[in-house]
Amino acid sequence: MSRARRGTAPVRPPIRLFRNLSSKIAAIPMVLVGLGVFVGGTIWTVVYSFTDSRLLPRLQFVGFEQYERLWSTRRWLVSIENLAIYGIVSLVFTMCLGFLLAALLDRKIRFEDTFRTIFLYPFALSFIVTGLVWQWLLNPDFGIQSVVRSMGFPNFNFDPLYNSDLVLIGLLIAGLWQGTGLIMVIMLAGLRSIDEDIWKATRVDGIPIWKTYIIVIIPMMKPVFVTALVLVTSGIVKLYDLVVAMTSGGPGISSEVPAKYVYDTLFTRQNLGQGFAASTMMLVTVAIILIPWAYMQFREKRQ
Amino acid sequence: MTAAANLPGAVTPRGTKPKTVFAPRNIMLYGTLLIFSMYYLLPLYVMIVTSLKDMAEIRMGNVFSPPVEITFAPWVKAWAEACTGINCDGLSRGFWNSVRILIPSLIISVSIAALTGYVLACWRFKGSEIFFGILLLGAFIPYQVLLYPLVIILRELGLFGSLWGLVLVHTIFAMPINVLLFRNYFVALPEELFKAARVDGAGFWGIFFRIVIPMSLPIFVVSGIIQVTGIWNDFLFGVVYTRPENYPMTVQLNNIVNSVQGVQEYNVNMAATLLTGLVPLVVYFFSGRLFVRGIAAGAVKG
Repeated sequence: MSRARRGTAPVRPPIRLFRNLSSKIAAIPMVLVGLGVFVGGTIWTVVYSFTDSRLLPRLQFVGFEQYERLWSTRRWLVSIENLAIYGIVSLVFTMCLGFLLAALLDRKIRFEDTFRTIFLYPFALSFIVTGLVWQWLLNPDFGIQSVVRSMGFPNFNFDPLYNSDLVLIGLLIAGLWQGTGLIMVIMLAGLRSIDEDIWKATRVDGIPIWKTYIIVIIPMMKPVFVTALVLVTSGIVKLYDLVVAMTSGGPGISSEVPAKYVYDTLFTRQNLGQGFAASTMMLVTVAIILIPWAYMQFREKRQ
Repeated sequence: MTAAANLPGAVTPRGTKPKTVFAPRNIMLYGTLLIFSMYYLLPLYVMIVTSLKDMAEIRMGNVFSPPVEITFAPWVKAWAEACTGINCDGLSRGFWNSVRILIPSLIISVSIAALTGYVLACWRFKGSEIFFGILLLGAFIPYQVLLYPLVIILRELGLFGSLWGLVLVHTIFAMPINVLLFRNYFVALPEELFKAARVDGAGFWGIFFRIVIPMSLPIFVVSGIIQVTGIWNDFLFGVVYTRPENYPMTVQLNNIVNSVQGVQEYNVNMAATLLTGLVPLVVYFFSGRLFVRGIAAGAVKG
């Protein structure tokens, strides 16, 4: 075996910092983004959430005052409640619908690719586009309500975007339309990874298909469900564009969400401290969801 | 291909006995799928149909009926004349802004991610894994937490409000997922290649440009697809970090449709919405399986 063809490789300086220098230079963006933006930015926001900053950030500490004010603001409470309701319903429906569609596609059907393309294309669209289309479809004067009425049901009422009790349903219809395709694809990948022999075995035992799904397949797909769960939840916390496009938080404040509260407080009402407190609460929410998941992943890896 | 299985003499495939097309099971299966397909296709259909009608027809008819007289005027108006605030040059301005944001963001973020992934896969140094862990953690931080710190950073760099500021923001937030993608792909490349290349005198950059990049076209495509759809569909960063004359297409679209003044022209709104959705849709329909692979890769990261 021939050694290096060029006679002498440049002698590397013996200082440890300079060993492997190119790779360290190439890693500078990662370090800057990780430490400078992600860690630094988060600490900065958390620290300033304890100050009375208004138009400009300033270090005048006021303890938990911003948080007390936050939790006694009606708009924030409505936002949290909306997010909780939207989150739970959306989670249940996304998981069920995603799994159902994946299971249907997995039944060795024809045109599988066509159906998958149809179910997934909304995921390529932005929430703004999604929100605007559904705003038009749910328009009470021209959309679904008026069409059903003209078909001979003059008393039919469905105007979720103009009714504060139903507005979340409107958001859910649009949100599910955009997001279920993704979960379907993930579930389908999970179903495809299950050994064909298991299906054969249950068939030999005469277990009906629906029962096989419930007692055998779903328990086997637990990691896939957990991934889907984390994915959907972290998406729900970010819910913002859809609300802006569909309702702008209305009617009244009935469809406000935390992400919108943060944006409005920071950039239109210039109440920085309050906005930082609200965004810190969002971070806490994500942490509460993620830490058990990270712990589970970690434990699985060790086993 | 399926017909071949039914030919006399062909080997019957294993599995359940082939049933007639109209078996109750099939009717249920395809029936359910078709009903769901309607839910997913209806908005697209209504968007297209509405954008081709004139306003008189929209006011009389129902949203589902096809246009009696096809008109492309709403498309022209949405592209070139629709107003946002004082500007009345339509969505074209937003489109070109989005293009000017997309191209540099795409190139910069993919190259940085590829390079970082390469370091993490092939040239680890002490602490590199820790920095990688911190970077991945960043993927889970709600954007709202970092919105204001980034305003300050951009202001310090003198980039606030400009297109380049937005490019930087996109590059930052795209890093975790893309670095993960590249790292995992590069780790799976055969190690002998690197050893052979090093023996032949190739260094850090030589291996990267002459061996790793030519072998990694698929992952560049996957990463590119994620970036194109992600950057094009962004709304929040556009609205926070740019001035009105630099607004990307999504922001401008929202301003056109949700503006309170004037009579709502639903056909123009739908044409504008379709125009904005067109780029990601084209990417989606042309990339097909790679798109699915891209989002599945995104899903792993969570």
